[in-house]
Amino acid sequence: MFENVRLSFQGIWSHKMRSFLTMLGIIIGIAAIIAIVSTIRGTNEQIKQNLVGAGENTVEIALYQGEWQYEMSYQGIPAGVPLITEDVLDSIREIDHVENVARYMIRQDYNVVYHLNTGLSGGYVTGVDANYFDTCNYIMKEGRGFTEADFKAFRKVAILDEDSEEALFQGESAVGKTIEIKQEPYIVIGVVTKAKQFEPTINSIEDYYMYAQTSAGSVYVPDSTWPIIYQYDEPQNVVIRVENTDYMTAAGKACADLLNANLSVSDDTIQYKAKDLLEQAQQIQELSASTNMMLIWIAGISLIVGGIGVMNIMLVSVTERTQEIGLKKAIGARKTKILAQFLTEAAVLTCLGGLLGVLAGVVLAYVISYLSGTPVAISVGAAVGAVIFSMVIGIVFGVFPSYKAANLNPIDALRHE
Amino acid sequence: MILNLQNIFKDYYQEKLVVPVLKDVSLSVEEGEYVAIMGPSGSGKTTLMNIIGCLDLPTSGSYELAGQDVLKLKDKELSDLRLSSIGFVFQSFHLMPRETALENVSLPLSYTGAKKAERKVRATKALERVGLGDRVNFRPTQLSGGQKQRVAIARAMVNNPKILLADEPTGALDQKSGEQIMELFSKLNEEGVTIVMITHDAKVAARAKRVVRIIDGEIHEGEGDAIS
Ligand SMILES: Nc1ncnc2c1ncn2[C@@H]1O[C@H](COP(=O)(O)OP(=O)(O)O)[C@@H](O)[C@H]1O
Ligand SMILES: [Mg+2]
Repeated sequence: MFENVRLSFQGIWSHKMRSFLTMLGIIIGIAAIIAIVSTIRGTNEQIKQNLVGAGENTVEIALYQGEWQYEMSYQGIPAGVPLITEDVLDSIREIDHVENVARYMIRQDYNVVYHLNTGLSGGYVTGVDANYFDTCNYIMKEGRGFTEADFKAFRKVAILDEDSEEALFQGESAVGKTIEIKQEPYIVIGVVTKAKQFEPTINSIEDYYMYAQTSAGSVYVPDSTWPIIYQYDEPQNVVIRVENTDYMTAAGKACADLLNANLSVSDDTIQYKAKDLLEQAQQIQELSASTNMMLIWIAGISLIVGGIGVMNIMLVSVTERTQEIGLKKAIGARKTKILAQFLTEAAVLTCLGGLLGVLAGVVLAYVISYLSGTPVAISVGAAVGAVIFSMVIGIVFGVFPSYKAANLNPIDALRHE
Repeated sequence: MILNLQNIFKDYYQEKLVVPVLKDVSLSVEEGEYVAIMGPSGSGKTTLMNIIGCLDLPTSGSYELAGQDVLKLKDKELSDLRLSSIGFVFQSFHLMPRETALENVSLPLSYTGAKKAERKVRATKALERVGLGDRVNFRPTQLSGGQKQRVAIARAMVNNPKILLADEPTGALDQKSGEQIMELFSKLNEEGVTIVMITHDAKVAARAKRVVRIIDGEIHEGEGDAIS
């Protein structure tokens, strides 16, 4: 075996140019696959980061009707969906890996929030409880947060985020000023900001629509004052923070199940669901993976063409070495010896091609990443798989020439000049 | 008796035309003999040697080598028989051009499964036996024709075969190198090696202890001196 490998390297080395050209098909195919896989992984990593944020680990559980989030502003308040009590929140807090939980109502309304004549278009009005900002990793940038007294006394006080502050006050300080929400005057007492700043990487218009919605601007009010603006209390959403990203899916599901247990709706498509960003990320990844699958197929064809090239050169090699094969058979080499020698040679050749292909693929991945701005994520598994796969190609396409060599008639082979 | 051919016929087929090459050849060789098979070009010498060397099978007849019925053996068993019992020497040497003398001589040992160290020792000894102890690491391109043929003889001898088969071993050599090879054969035969040598050259054949003539595919033994 080792002897065969040594002989193979000797053979490859003595025909450097020819061996390289033979390997080229394999090199190109493997390089393309490595580069594509790396780009897919890089893009996926980026999508995941954009959606999940830099480790915020929050999951929103909202009311859905079928596939779509239930919109109070259009559909009215659904019957049979109870308010979420403190007891329910306490039992959510008991779910494994849940660190904090908050309850909130949210509406996206057009032209309901004004400062003087400046309106907030497409912004959110959110009624929050005392845990909300902590759960969602907001910190005060200016002013103060809501106090117990604000909730108990139904004080008409509001907190802005940086986007709504910018939209309503255009650079002026908002704290202490009065805004109108559905004609109700609210005093701005503070401005919040995310504890960890995370800017999604936006490379395309699709990315923009995907991630930009969160920057429309929000106005927060104590949930006890919600009926002042919207006349009625209404079903709430829940947001939980979990210990780390891995628990988001499971904890979100558990929380939704718990809330659904209290529903008594006639339309059973109305349900609480976790807005699982990981799951969303996965769906997007699958989408991009399926388009890239096609590229991998094309690269695969290049590998097959490369394999045929290897077969061709092996056949030439068998013809050239007819005398050598004949001599070996004459002095007592069994057929299987000759077969193994040529199969090893084909496998070593394509294996070497695979290794060079991986190298070229890594370089290519860095070039693509440099040009497109996506991160590089070289997959060791793909690299190892690629080398093994090229070896298999060598063996598969080497079978026919090796079989031919093994079955040469030594008399004819020795006569061959 | 180490080798016993009885009533061997060999036909070749050329476009449905039967070409009889060997016609009722019988030949037996005892251990330690030195036999020359002599005949003009095209008389069937190489064909006979291929059959003796188990490279080819006769159309009919029987052949026993070292007690085995060769015609009943499978391909794998024929390979093993060649490996253990026959040493080949060809007119055009057939050395591996990129390998050293030592590697060339080691080649048959690699098929026996001998360990690397053992192969080296035995191959070196075989090269010393043919007088090339100082050319162990030379490649064929660095050796003269006579030296190349001696490497080939060392390769044939390295497995201690039952018989040494040589087809025109001096055919590609000059007079002097040819002489040296013939001396080497005589020496090996004195050491007990059974040799069957094919030649069309009467002077070369004269070195053997026994001469068998083959003319037009038929064996003529003993009546030799009339023809030449
Ligand atoms: N494979 C073959 N097919 C047809 N004819 C052959 C074949 N091999 C040898 N012959 C013929 O058999 C005869 C004897 O050949 P060969 O044994 O090589 O003779 P020698 O070695 O005595 O010169 C020649 O006429 C040759 O043309
Ligand atoms: Mg001949």
